[in-house]
Amino acid sequence: MTAMELLRECYEIQGKNFDKAGEVAGEIKVVLRDLGIDAAHLRRLVIVAFEAEMNVVMYAQRGTMTLIVTDEDINLETTDEGPGIPDIELALQEGYSTASDEMREMGFGFGMGLPNMKKNSDEFRIESNMGKGTSVFSKIRLPAHE
Amino acid sequence: MKLSEIKELLQCEVLAGEDDLSVDILQVVASDGMSEILAFAKSRELMITGLTNIQSIRTADVAGVSAVIYCRGKRPDKKVIDFAKQKKIPVLVTSMVMFDICGILFNRGLKGVS
Repeated sequence: MTAMELLRECYEIQGKNFDKAGEVAGEIKVVLRDLGIDAAHLRRLVIVAFEAEMNVVMYAQRGTMTLIVTDEDINLETTDEGPGIPDIELALQEGYSTASDEMREMGFGFGMGLPNMKKNSDEFRIESNMGKGTSVFSKIRLPAHE
Repeated sequence: MKLSEIKELLQCEVLAGEDDLSVDILQVVASDGMSEILAFAKSRELMITGLTNIQSIRTADVAGVSAVIYCRGKRPDKKVIDFAKQKKIPVLVTSMVMFDICGILFNRGLKGVS
């Protein structure tokens, strides 16, 4: 039996706009809460969304975030037009970071973002093309399907 | 420990949520790195940070912490305080440094999240 799609939303993320950074994750939190997603799963997904959004803001010119909720799981795909990640395995190590001082002054860029996203996902995948951009896929299974 | 007791211990000024400081605090998460907070907070902790931008309150909201204390006397902009009020997150500020705050609270039985 295939999963039934309950919601699909697409959000634009502006690169380098630190004032707005986090607004998309905030919107997603409200949407998921209105859908009746339980607090624990909602929290995990919003952490993934917030970290993904911060990565786009910090590194890319722009990006899009697509949220798909089915009766089985929550899927978040974040695609950016950015520099790409040369070594994904290295980028997933806690503490590894290529952040600038400006990013660290914003409270981000301490090498925890991608590991946090992976930790909070049931399925997690990164695809990156140098000079073109990066896509990050995260899936969180809902309680009856864990 | 009640947030109101912590306020007295650390000689805090309350910037948001003054009307209700009765929340019970059991654990503390302290960092200037927002991803550290997101990685370790399990919800309902006290968050201590020196980062006063809008991202600190977004992080507090996403992590589900019970209250935020800014250390070293650093004060956020009005829009940050307004955002905290909107999210119903109490916000306090103390002139103490993070090390001292953590030491005082640890001595009173509060623990970090691990």
